[in-house]
Amino acid sequence: MSAFDYAAADGLALVEAVRARRASARDVCEAALARIAARDGAINAFTRVLTTQARADAQRVDATIAAGRDPGPLAGMPFAVKNLFDVAGVTTLAGSKINATRGPATHDAVTVAAMRRAGALLVGALNMDEYAYGFTTENSHYGPTRNPHDPTRVAGGSSGGSGAAVGAGLVPVALASDTNGSIRVPAALCGVFGLKPTYGRLSRTGSALFAGSLDHVGPIGRSVRDVAAAYDVMQGPDRRDPTCAGRPVEACRPRLGEGIDGLRIAVLDGHFGKGAEPDALAAVARVAAALGASRRATIPEALRARAAAMVITAAEGAALHLDDLRTQAEDFDPLTRDRFLAGALVPTAWYLQAQRFRSWYRTQVAALFREVDVLLAPTTPCPAPRIGQERMVLDGVEVMTRPNLGIFTQPLSLIGLPVLSVPVTGRGLLPLGVQVIAAPFQEAQVLRVGALLEARGVAVPAIAPTIRP
Amino acid sequence: MSEIQPPDLGAHVDAAAALIGLPIAPAHRPGVILYMGVIATAAALVMEFPLPEEVEPAPIFAPEGAGP
Repeated sequence: MSAFDYAAADGLALVEAVRARRASARDVCEAALARIAARDGAINAFTRVLTTQARADAQRVDATIAAGRDPGPLAGMPFAVKNLFDVAGVTTLAGSKINATRGPATHDAVTVAAMRRAGALLVGALNMDEYAYGFTTENSHYGPTRNPHDPTRVAGGSSGGSGAAVGAGLVPVALASDTNGSIRVPAALCGVFGLKPTYGRLSRTGSALFAGSLDHVGPIGRSVRDVAAAYDVMQGPDRRDPTCAGRPVEACRPRLGEGIDGLRIAVLDGHFGKGAEPDALAAVARVAAALGASRRATIPEALRARAAAMVITAAEGAALHLDDLRTQAEDFDPLTRDRFLAGALVPTAWYLQAQRFRSWYRTQVAALFREVDVLLAPTTPCPAPRIGQERMVLDGVEVMTRPNLGIFTQPLSLIGLPVLSVPVTGRGLLPLGVQVIAAPFQEAQVLRVGALLEARGVAVPAIAPTIRP
Repeated sequence: MSEIQPPDLGAHVDAAAALIGLPIAPAHRPGVILYMGVIATAAALVMEFPLPEEVEPAPIFAPEGAGP
């Protein structure tokens, strides 16, 4: 019998097997590569499998163990990264055709390097919406990433490859980025955990920007402890990223067992309590009941906050790609091109007022956090829509599918709050997510809540046992 | 009774694109106008909201810059 069951193990279970010498990193690496080879064809999560590098990483871990040295806290944990993270020797596509003509990256992104230094095995790069501008990963250049629980449906986005790779059991952890919901939406739709840390908590050096004043990076994983372990090794100041907070590492993994005593937990109402399918709201109610949370709380002007996020994203995203929009608009994905072009034409008055609104809104929410510690809200208003689905009905109103997947995530990332999306199975077969939200730099609180929900069987990762074609 | 006219998004797109030297192909123009309308709707929500004068925009300029 094998020392580990790759299909059933979370990342840290694999690490424990490797560190205890019950398995070699090479064995784990081969199991990951075999699983990707067998299953990725059905979901299209990977844009590149890095077989040679992964084996080299594994060999380094095994050699370190053989030499009696510490191989690191993530020794032997396979992981993959959204293809906007630089990987030395690999071209950083950021979901685009335009970037495919550019040379390979010369260095790993700071976060990728941190994972590898900790002993994790980088097995590949993952699909995404072009330049991260989308919630569905229906990438026209590289094909849509399919939901592992129903391949006719989207995986969410923009980190759809990251969500699907974890939800299909290909890797226990994947790195992703979140500007408006791009970690939380795919984590929810694929049935796994996704942590969007506080804005500025993790370095973005070496990860392609989308809308810099809103961009975050973070982990998606199949257990809370996997997410916490990856988050912990990626923390730390970085003077090359001007937004990176100069805060010391605050390890969360040792605190996962602390429970929720003393945490004041409330369910968000208003904007977050309507405009969703009943199942999405029922998932929040289930989580609240498990936590004994009967309080309600209101974030004022959340709809306006979402609007401000849309304006800022459009303007900053377009400014970043303006040269390419001028000279090769034809080479953009049809699903992003017209939005980028329109973003280039946003009047300054709109952009600056959105940034001023953001300051005001931050103050309002900070006041709320004097009364409560943790807030709960749906991640998405519905489970995964079908690939190509243009419109859907929410609360009796027909709306555009793609932008509306972010209605509950955008008002929170606008002010950089740490959020853990936890997977909750709906009445149907498709997973849903609930956002566990805390005040800035209180990642430990959301992870403690997540760990308790996981231990009580309320937050259950959905790892697809098989993938129907 | 006079009604407030919706802004002419097509005219804005054409003029602003010309001003910044951004060619918009005829095939892309309808989509650009559509999304300009989506952004304009969002911007209207932001612009109509009264803010105290002392509220500064969120991004903070760091005079010492980022290090190497």
